[in-house]
Amino acid sequence: MAELLQHLLNGLVLGGTYALLGIGLTLIFGLMNVVNFAHGEFYTLGAYVSFAVLALAGIGFFVALVAAIVVGAALGWLCEVALLRPLRNESIDTTMLVMIGVWIAMQNAELLGWGGVAKSIPHPFPMAPLVLGPVAIAPLRLFVLVLAAGLIAASWLLIQKTKLGRAMRATFQDRDTAALMGVGIGRIHAATFAFGSGLAAAAGALLGPIFLVYPSMGDLASLKAFSVVILGGLGNLPGATLGGLLLGIAEELGAGYISSGYRDAVGFVIIILILLFRPSGLFARQERIA
Amino acid sequence: MLAVNDLAVRFGGVTALERVSFEVRPGSITSVIGPNGAGKTTAFNAITGYLRPTSGRITYDGAALTGLRPSAIARRGIVRTFQKTSVFPALSVEDNVLTGLHLRGAAGFLAVLAGRRRLAAEERALAAEAAEIIEFVGLPRRRRETASALPYGEQRLVELAVALAARPRVLLLDEPGAGMTGAEKVAVSALIRRVRDQGVTVLLVEHDMRMVMGISDIVIVLNGGRVIAEGVPAAIQADPEVIRAYLGGSAGSA
Amino acid sequence: MTRAGGWLLAAGALTLPLCLQSTYHLHVAIMAGIFGVLAMSLNLLLGYTGQLSLGHTAFFGIGAYTSALLTLKLEWSFWPACAAAVGLAGAAGFFIGRLALKLRGAYFVLVTISFAGVISLVSVNWIELTNGPLGLPGVPAPELGPWSLRTKTAYYYLVLAAVALSYAVCRRLVRSRIGRALMALRENEALAESIGVDVTHYLVLAAVVSAAMAGLGGSLYAHYTRFVSPEVFLFTYTVTMVIMVVAGGKGTLAGPLVGAVLFTVLPEALRAAASWQWQMLAYGVLLVALVFFLPRGIVPRLGATFAGRRR
Repeated sequence: MAELLQHLLNGLVLGGTYALLGIGLTLIFGLMNVVNFAHGEFYTLGAYVSFAVLALAGIGFFVALVAAIVVGAALGWLCEVALLRPLRNESIDTTMLVMIGVWIAMQNAELLGWGGVAKSIPHPFPMAPLVLGPVAIAPLRLFVLVLAAGLIAASWLLIQKTKLGRAMRATFQDRDTAALMGVGIGRIHAATFAFGSGLAAAAGALLGPIFLVYPSMGDLASLKAFSVVILGGLGNLPGATLGGLLLGIAEELGAGYISSGYRDAVGFVIIILILLFRPSGLFARQERIA
Repeated sequence: MLAVNDLAVRFGGVTALERVSFEVRPGSITSVIGPNGAGKTTAFNAITGYLRPTSGRITYDGAALTGLRPSAIARRGIVRTFQKTSVFPALSVEDNVLTGLHLRGAAGFLAVLAGRRRLAAEERALAAEAAEIIEFVGLPRRRRETASALPYGEQRLVELAVALAARPRVLLLDEPGAGMTGAEKVAVSALIRRVRDQGVTVLLVEHDMRMVMGISDIVIVLNGGRVIAEGVPAAIQADPEVIRAYLGGSAGSA
Repeated sequence: MTRAGGWLLAAGALTLPLCLQSTYHLHVAIMAGIFGVLAMSLNLLLGYTGQLSLGHTAFFGIGAYTSALLTLKLEWSFWPACAAAVGLAGAAGFFIGRLALKLRGAYFVLVTISFAGVISLVSVNWIELTNGPLGLPGVPAPELGPWSLRTKTAYYYLVLAAVALSYAVCRRLVRSRIGRALMALRENEALAESIGVDVTHYLVLAAVVSAAMAGLGGSLYAHYTRFVSPEVFLFTYTVTMVIMVVAGGKGTLAGPLVGAVLFTVLPEALRAAASWQWQMLAYGVLLVALVFFLPRGIVPRLGATFAGRRR
């Protein structure tokens, strides 16, 4: 029982960051209809920025996180404006190919810049795990969990309560009407992509210190993000949050009870099963339109 | 003969079609008209398998069509066109029609890999048929042009040619006159008559009343998802229910 | 391409080993040929049927492992092992085709990636079968009667035959009623259905043939490099295949071959000048640039240029 709780707790930590990845992508894929295969690269970018700030500049964790988000969001903004905006009327396949190009370019740029050797991000937390009843958790992981929860809450607030969030939702529900109401469509698209990319970078900055940082870490992150989006339903924020947590827990349980080698397969299997049997996601209401 | 029996289509809380029954007389030109949102294209979609009806039966010559995929329904000889111009955009007019002749060919995978002489003969026959059809719709000079590059009216002719290539026994035309000039509509009407004269039963949805009344043998009127009248054009034009549906405050705004 | 041009090309290909300076060049030619087969297989699905598969390495890898295992562990001869590789890869294609039947576009891509991911993980973890990350060394060279096709020259002709066979299959398929049905699916699926094209049948057909051809590439690769490991599932191979098809010209017969030659020769030629990471970086940028400036690829653009000049 204690073991189960431990796995659940670990799963929550992981799941929180997966939720961040998923929320970002569900906005980009679900709302903007862009198949962003480079999403994982922003995750990697966030990890490397965190590494740069913590290991090289020696500044604190919070600064690293903020820096990662800012860099991620800025690059996301640039991507949208330079690459996606001109292609907005093209088919989804075209933007997909472009994002694949960005994916390859970013990863190899990182490979060239940082080298292929995995890096470890130093962190200021003590290594000894905190014991809370039957479970134990490393202080770093607890911190990550709290921050992830905070970011998720902040995202929800932004989308639900702020003017920008309302404008985003309006744009993606009915672009023409939103435009008529004075919403700057271009700005909203750029802001959405930047927001999603910033969240991905945050996820990378949070998970970076827990695991190692290496250029191809984004590949799996991308796929897991898609897995979360598909699980939760496209454009569905609560779905992505829940989906992320579910994926994290499923991975931990699978690694703990079945086999750790096939841990990453959980995300793949989810994608295949959901797309086969419930393509609109676990949480979407069934809508059958001809 | 195409028969629709008690057809109902409901999704979510919306009833698109309710208790729709009619028969399409073989060799006739039958039109389905009605205000926007009356359910005309929904009926087409249900008949041709693009939509699964909630209840009801659709049969052709006694055999059930409900539940079949569109391609299977096409194999039974029932072919449709679409409301929005539907061609194979990157292919030439000739290739569009050749593709339409899909059911006329028989070459399967093994035959294609192996065969030489019989395959070549079949291809030649298909090319000749394609030329005939392109001639029939009046586009011989556009044979090699890319379909998407043609002006709107000619694209609709390509669409018609592709549908004819599938050798339909019943041809369902979804708004064949939409977006066309008066002259083009006259030409299309003549074409539809010629198609009927070749023995094809035509069922069409159309908004242009002059066109409808001019070529139809039978007119069926839908409103709010129900059949409210059926008869020869003259009778329909005089029917008070029909007049009320078009002019009065009836249900069915899109 | 004119008749005379075709014969010239064939003559050139047949006499290539005599003209080349070193076995290294022959190696490049062989790799170009193997990737040509792979690119053609991807083109069938992407270029003609309009479905992007980013999991083609799964079929490539299944072909490689099948061929290697049958010759290593069951001591089969190359030829039946190769046939089995093609068959098994084709079966995997059938599985994916039927699985992904309701999926299009991005979802199909995701399923193909996931499938490749699962197969890759299996190859790493199922150590009893695949020897895991250590891989399978010592894969035997093919034998034709008493001769062993061990030399590069001999293997070149084997690969050339495979390229010719694959090209012939593609050409026959594409220029037939089947090809028209596939392109109909790519161009306008609803319209294709309305004229009687059985979507299930043709999608699965495209997936099976495409996968089988990739399996052939895998078998050729395994018996050439004489070593198979989970590295065959590396995403770089997928990326390379996609670039070859997209840059060469998807939906054309010559496009993938041109792309394969270009993107095998170029990296080798530039190897001294720039490391592999720089090249991959360039690939990424190139892909973006292609989408903006040369969306249909090289072969159609060349075709248009020459057609323009002739008039």
